[in-house]
Amino acid sequence: MSKLDAKIPEGPLAEKWTKYRSTVPLVNPANKRSLEIIIVGSGLAGASAAASLAELGYKVKVFCFQDSPRRAHSIAAQGGINAAKNYQNDGDSVYRLFYDTIKGGDYRAREANVYRLASVSANIIDQCVAQGVPFAREYGGYLSNRSFGGTQVQRTFYAAGQTGQQLLLGAYSALQRQVGLGTVKMYARHEMLEIVKIEGKARGIIARNLVTGKLERHFGHAVLLASGGYGNVFFLSTNAMGSNVTAAWKAHKQGAFFGNPCFTQIHPTCIPVSGDHQSKLTLMSESLRNDGRIWVPKKIEDAKAIREGKLKPNDIKEEDRDYYLERRYPAFGNLVPRDVASRAAKERCDAGYGVNATGEAVFLDFAYNMKEKYGRAEATKRGITNPTEAQLKELGKAVVAEKYGNLFDMYKQITGVDPYEEPMQIYPAVHYTMGGLWVDYNLMTTVPGLYALGEANFSDHGANRLGASALMQGLADGYFVIPYTIGAYLANEIRTKAIPTDHPAFVEAEKNVQESIDKLLSIKGTKSVDSFHKRLGKIMWDKCGMARNAEGLKQAIQEIKALREEFWKDVRVPGTANELNPELEKAGRVADFLELGELMCVDALHRNESCGGHFREEYQTEDGEALRDDENYAYVAAWEMKEVGNWELHKEELKYENIKIAQRSYK
Amino acid sequence: MSEKKINVTLKVWRQKNANDQGRFETYDMKGVSTDMSFLEMFDVLNERLINEGKEPVAFDHDCREGICGMCSMYINGRPHGPLRGVTTCQLHMRSFNDGETIVVEPWRAKAFPVIKDLVVDRSAFDRVIAAGGFISVNTGNAQDGNTIPIPKENADKAFAAATCIGCGACVAACKNASAMLFVSAKVSQLALLPQGRVEATDRVLNMVAKMDEENFGNCTNTGACEAECPKGISLENIARMNREFLVANLKK
Ligand SMILES: Cc1cc2nc3c(=O)[nH]c(=O)nc-3n(C[C@H](O)[C@H](O)[C@H](O)COP(=O)(O)OP(=O)(O)OC[C@H]3O[C@@H](n4cnc5c(N)ncnc54)[C@H](O)[C@@H]3O)c2cc1C
Ligand code: SF4
Ligand code: FES
Repeated sequence: MSKLDAKIPEGPLAEKWTKYRSTVPLVNPANKRSLEIIIVGSGLAGASAAASLAELGYKVKVFCFQDSPRRAHSIAAQGGINAAKNYQNDGDSVYRLFYDTIKGGDYRAREANVYRLASVSANIIDQCVAQGVPFAREYGGYLSNRSFGGTQVQRTFYAAGQTGQQLLLGAYSALQRQVGLGTVKMYARHEMLEIVKIEGKARGIIARNLVTGKLERHFGHAVLLASGGYGNVFFLSTNAMGSNVTAAWKAHKQGAFFGNPCFTQIHPTCIPVSGDHQSKLTLMSESLRNDGRIWVPKKIEDAKAIREGKLKPNDIKEEDRDYYLERRYPAFGNLVPRDVASRAAKERCDAGYGVNATGEAVFLDFAYNMKEKYGRAEATKRGITNPTEAQLKELGKAVVAEKYGNLFDMYKQITGVDPYEEPMQIYPAVHYTMGGLWVDYNLMTTVPGLYALGEANFSDHGANRLGASALMQGLADGYFVIPYTIGAYLANEIRTKAIPTDHPAFVEAEKNVQESIDKLLSIKGTKSVDSFHKRLGKIMWDKCGMARNAEGLKQAIQEIKALREEFWKDVRVPGTANELNPELEKAGRVADFLELGELMCVDALHRNESCGGHFREEYQTEDGEALRDDENYAYVAAWEMKEVGNWELHKEELKYENIKIAQRSYK
Repeated sequence: MSEKKINVTLKVWRQKNANDQGRFETYDMKGVSTDMSFLEMFDVLNERLINEGKEPVAFDHDCREGICGMCSMYINGRPHGPLRGVTTCQLHMRSFNDGETIVVEPWRAKAFPVIKDLVVDRSAFDRVIAAGGFISVNTGNAQDGNTIPIPKENADKAFAAATCIGCGACVAACKNASAMLFVSAKVSQLALLPQGRVEATDRVLNMVAKMDEENFGNCTNTGACEAECPKGISLENIARMNREFLVANLKK
């Protein structure tokens, strides 16, 4: 075990980044033109990095597996993006955003990175507005904000329920502009399958053209991975179907350490599972907790009657409802952080109060705020003095529709139930992975020249991410951090000529990729890729999900090892290597998930404490809250792969010099 | 969520690659849950085909939430199927009847060649955007976001236009395979915002020129695009683009 150096600049917290920026080595424009950068991923992190680096003059190649860069999974983000603008005059500041993020992350994130993130947050909003991103506005024409979980200020910027879409289309426009100018070459329907290292440095990738199946070699002076998160290791998650760990995992196998792999976020408000055919889960944005109240029946017999269809939710009288978040956490109520809200839902359902046929659902109810908050306000605005119930509902409904219309429509489309009339049913689901490739302050992994941005790195969210902070982080990394930090590396590379791709390292890397594809196709077993993926997902959800314990994790590790062995003996991948072959793509991804899953369990087992999204049943307070062990676990666990199934732990100590570490309380 | 089971017959377009002729194959689907999404039914079909040692049906999809624009099936003669305002991935089997025959084809348009089965190449859309669908602002140039107040009405209209998911249903729905709705949505979004006015002239000219070059057809105002657009992008955008285009031509 070694101690890792995060290369955090010296000096007071608030000055670190400013000082860094004015002292980091620069690359002059002429030299930039001969430096090539490969970016894997065209989501918020990848697209923003690509556009910004190309604007600076670098030669950039971008890869994504979808048919267009605009379809990266970032497109699906709903609720919003945080920024310390303090437009609401409600006491927000860079320090407060920094503080909320560290606290929300349960004191397992790196101070210097989070402070930098908070400082550039305001620039992100400015940049996006300038690009034409149509954020929500008030009648005066100024930008509108809303609240998100884990904070007491309104700092979330949004575009109805499609903030990710609008931000990504902004970044995509900037990217396409560079494509048009010839400074970025875009490779859509390409999947990166290997990192090429020469003399210890990352120098390129092997990618498969998904249409022709041909393997391609690409050189770069530096390689950036912005390939997203790995929530799909659970099979069912809110991630897009194609989201995967392959790019990060290949990097890990080439020596990049993996940070805090067990830190997964289970989002409290998702549409519950409806049956065995379920292919993915759909998020109902956290912003809904601004106006939706979460409850289950107080009486267990009412819960039973609802499950059996004998009672409807609207039949339960007000005094017979248990608004358990408001009851347990009066200060934050329905807006407690995600990990807290998810566990509370599980607690109620495990105790028998679940409200759908599977017993795994709670209500998210808008009736009260629709009428009392919005209906009344609208009535007053219109001078209606004694509004009827029906009027209140009608007026309130219009406001709610404007705020969340697309989410309500989506809910109805999926479940067949109209949420304007009946409360939504929700249940926690896997949503985001705080863990990822370990990076230093420069966003560089432990492989020189190999960087990780966005959800693919482990950096800013500690053990739990606050809502609306992933979009912020992805765009911070791409627009405002990497353009500076990459200079520190490339300034020393200006004499490195482009390496021809017939170099033995490229030949060797391509050969390895070809062999593993051939192997997958040659097994010709009896079970589909999906069937393995589902089985892995079940092990992970049951034993490394919302609650974990040592016994279960030990079993999970054995079960995953056995499943992996079975996969390599019995998977059936139809078709050939030289064509569009979605089953082959999936097979490669599931093969990597089968290795990652084990590491997640190893990490969860070693961390003998509960923090954020990592809840070990053995470590909880008397009232069921997470019990951290700062004495022994205030570090980032960065794992080095020795061989598949065998990892060595390295630690990055976390030092809190500006925040007093405390038990997280939202009561 | 009252689940029922239905039986349907699928006629699915199968085409090995761009050079293959292509043909329909028929599949009987028994006991399909009405809670299933249309694509989940295809998952079930593919699982069955794999188990039978046959080739599964290739189709595009990713988010399955109606937002990425990747799914693209032409169902019973309509892009994204029978419902208004709904993408293929958000279509559920409760919208079909027991015993129904469902015909599934890829988007058909000269500008969108078939790659395999139900998968087509829509990269022409990306090239149209690269020709002008942006505001030329480098990272770091921006002023404070609240320096330019934008009337809510314009902001809302710009937003409505910006919700286009780039799926191409408008092209598939149009007998001329015109891309006017898609292109006009981007032109409108940016034309409605003060930030976007600076380049408005070049933008509309460049995007329209690129659109023509990419083999999209002409618009003859049939309105099929608006009717089939899953995001309700309005024909008003086409009218706005036509005005922008006329004015731009006068200026040049
Ligand atoms: C439903 C949902 C709602 C959310 N809502 C919010 C929200 O309101 N606010 C918020 O802050 N966060 C939200 N999040 C989280 C946030 O959206 C993501 O964390 C963030 O968008 C990730 O961006 P990214 O750029 O890191 O990766 P992604 O957007 O996932 O992009 C990954 C890219 O990498 C490419 N890629 C991956 N592997 C390969 C490979 N091997 N070869 C080639 N290309 C590859 C993909 O093609 C894609 O272009 C939400 C997440 C979900 C699932
Ligand atoms: S205008 Fe509508 S149909 Fe056309 S690409 Fe956009 S969302 Fe799809
Ligand atoms: S799969 Fe994304 S819109 Fe249908």
